[in-house]
Amino acid sequence: MARWQFGITTVYHFLMVPLTIGLSILVAGMQTAWVRTGNPRYLAMTKFWGKLMLVNFAMGVVTGIVQEFQFGMAWSAYSRFVGDVFGAPLAMEALVAFFVESTFLGLWIFGWDRLPKRVHLACAWAFSLATIASAYFILAANSWMQHPVGIEFVDGRPRLTSIWAVLTNNTVLAAFPHTVAGSFAVAGAFLVGIAAWHLWKKHRDSAEDDPDRRVWRASLKLGSWVGIVAFAGLAISGDLQGKLMFEQQPMKMAAAEALCHTEEPASFSVFAVGDVSRADCESVKSITVPALLSFLAKNDFSSEVKGVEDLVQEYRAKYGANYPDDPRLGELAGKPIDYVPALPVTYWGFRLMIGFGAISAGMAVLALWFTRKNRVPPGRWFPLFGILSIVTPFLGNSFGWIFTEMGRQPFVVVPNPTGVDGVWMYTAQAVSAGVSVGEMLTSLVALTLVYGVLAGVEVFLLRRYARAGIPGVLPSWNKPPEPAGADGKKPEDVLAFAY
Amino acid sequence: MDLATFWFIVIALFWLGYLFLEGFDFGVGMLLPVLARDETERRVMINTIGPVWDGNEVWLIVAAGAMFAAFPGWYASLFSTAYLPLLLLLLALIGRGVAFEYRGKVNTARWRSVWDRVIMIGSWVPPLMVGLVLSANVLGLPLNEFGDRVGSPLVILRWETLVGALAVVGFSLVHGAAFIALKTDGEIRHRARRLAVRLAPVALAPLVVLLLLVQLREGSAWSWVPLVLALLAAVGAVGFLLRGREGWGFASFGVVVAASMVTLFGALYPNVIPSTLDTVYSLTVHNASSSPYTLTVMSWMAAFGAPAVLIYQAWTYWVFRKRIATHHIPPVHAP
Repeated sequence: MARWQFGITTVYHFLMVPLTIGLSILVAGMQTAWVRTGNPRYLAMTKFWGKLMLVNFAMGVVTGIVQEFQFGMAWSAYSRFVGDVFGAPLAMEALVAFFVESTFLGLWIFGWDRLPKRVHLACAWAFSLATIASAYFILAANSWMQHPVGIEFVDGRPRLTSIWAVLTNNTVLAAFPHTVAGSFAVAGAFLVGIAAWHLWKKHRDSAEDDPDRRVWRASLKLGSWVGIVAFAGLAISGDLQGKLMFEQQPMKMAAAEALCHTEEPASFSVFAVGDVSRADCESVKSITVPALLSFLAKNDFSSEVKGVEDLVQEYRAKYGANYPDDPRLGELAGKPIDYVPALPVTYWGFRLMIGFGAISAGMAVLALWFTRKNRVPPGRWFPLFGILSIVTPFLGNSFGWIFTEMGRQPFVVVPNPTGVDGVWMYTAQAVSAGVSVGEMLTSLVALTLVYGVLAGVEVFLLRRYARAGIPGVLPSWNKPPEPAGADGKKPEDVLAFAY
Repeated sequence: MDLATFWFIVIALFWLGYLFLEGFDFGVGMLLPVLARDETERRVMINTIGPVWDGNEVWLIVAAGAMFAAFPGWYASLFSTAYLPLLLLLLALIGRGVAFEYRGKVNTARWRSVWDRVIMIGSWVPPLMVGLVLSANVLGLPLNEFGDRVGSPLVILRWETLVGALAVVGFSLVHGAAFIALKTDGEIRHRARRLAVRLAPVALAPLVVLLLLVQLREGSAWSWVPLVLALLAAVGAVGFLLRGREGWGFASFGVVVAASMVTLFGALYPNVIPSTLDTVYSLTVHNASSSPYTLTVMSWMAAFGAPAVLIYQAWTYWVFRKRIATHHIPPVHAP
């Protein structure tokens, strides 16, 4: 139950986070363009996309607090075991990054026309860069669970010996660009989808120099290019991550392929028919690309890739066949350990991640094609296209996380094959022994319900603002007299913006 | 002074920062239906904390994060023992944070009144829970040899911890009223000041009871000093407010919470959580702390990070230093 709760809250949190990261950087970029050129088009873009970013930001913040508290509440044994190492990056995230985010976000929201333009712009960069720094610290913590480094083993617990090793763990160096690229993919697709809808709705017949039309065209182009570059980044960093994973967590990669026997060279399964959970090669018919998996693993088309069956034998020999006889493990105490992750989840999670990522990149290319040379496609399906393109990178991200976290089961801290002996922890050992089933159930139900309701509210608001377009955030838009970006010299200028 | 003790003090300071800063912004939310007479006044109140509440809330996150990093045992035992109160705290903070942001996004009275209710509940529940958990922490929890809770989920509900819950609520109320008096102008400013003065004797009573209780059970001779200081500051705050010195009154309430925290954490030291089952199970700054290396890393980080935070948060308050009155509130603009 603690796992379900962590899974649900994490996936939910990570629906908000990448949009915030990607969008806030893009908004800071738009605002820079406005400050440098004075072109009202960029002001309109900053205000519009900035507003949508804020609607989303609120949710990212509040769901982040839940993540931090859950370690202590539901995973206290885990927290005690890894606290010497794992707490530091979390505390750093709060002190170095999160403070900057929330303080400068407040300044940015309320500082329009109150702060000098350049200072206000600096606030936008401060909070948007801080969201990236946040991601780095959190991923460093997560990467340590996948690949524990920088430690010695003292009194049955890992003890930190080098914070530098934790922060430059090769796992986080690969995971960070992958996650950031994923965030930009989300933000890019978000721009494309909404801009495509506006072009279709209002500008099929409008003049080419209509300012509103130009805003949406600029947004769509920006979004498409961001999406395409992000996908390239995802592919490159994903490949790096894959190679590290073959070394560090061979079981996870075998599980991603539902690879039953060791193969040399190993072929990559594109699609499978049948029940992959049995991993027995006989019941599953799979379309494969010969030798590709070997290449993905080691850059060599003929290398050997270990299958699930052999790995299980290896893991039993190395880490034991049975759980320790600890009464706090409950029913699992002394039982055999199942080293194979849930194969349907890892196999399909991996494919859905790549598939949705590729679809969203394809959408970005199509969007550029459809709108080439100032065109707006007439078809009825264009807005549907937009909505689809918004959803796909979110799904890709979620499946990526589900794959990587399910793929490390039954471990919560995965043993590092080249690291210090003895440092690993089974998920079953990590939960709070003192917390009752009733409490877990209460929080699981309450959080899921509240998150569900708020997701509805957020989508409702995003939709409302997205539909209203620029006038919804900038009342002076398309009304000639007032010059855009008043310089704030009104007599009593206490609040340029108010809740 | 060893590093573990240093981090005990740092964590106490983070909690103090949290109670001081979010104390008043909880107070503002709690008093929303009491002090504001109409929609414009409600918006005046909310906008006094608009640019800063999010930054204030991070003090809670950094307090929890620092506990995790410096005292994993403390963090793990306290958070798992206080599971349900912390769940309520989280739910309330989620609702409250979203409510501030979403309240003005649709221009109907119904929409706003729903979110106003969320703000109010979301501002009453957290100080109750923080007070409950912190006072239970100081007075002791039923921990076994593994640091796990023995007993039901409600085991931390005792009359003493309920007093603790009311202590933080009461403090937040007067602190929030003083803040509104300091940050607004017009009729609402005077209403807030009068309310702070009238509420103070009742609202601060639970805090006084809690301090005396802790002092008599766990205190030493020196800890009478902060206790007496807290009492004097409380009287002083009321005095300042009566004379219309809102800034000094607000600052004096700050002294109240600072001195109270010194008394409470002073009584706790060198334990971080006393076990009520057996004192050998008590978690102390030494048996619950991280390794010296981790603490050293954290100290360097805090040495650079914390002053920077104080500087830019102070700057935020400086940027938004002007009093807000009803005529400053711009018309609602929402699609």
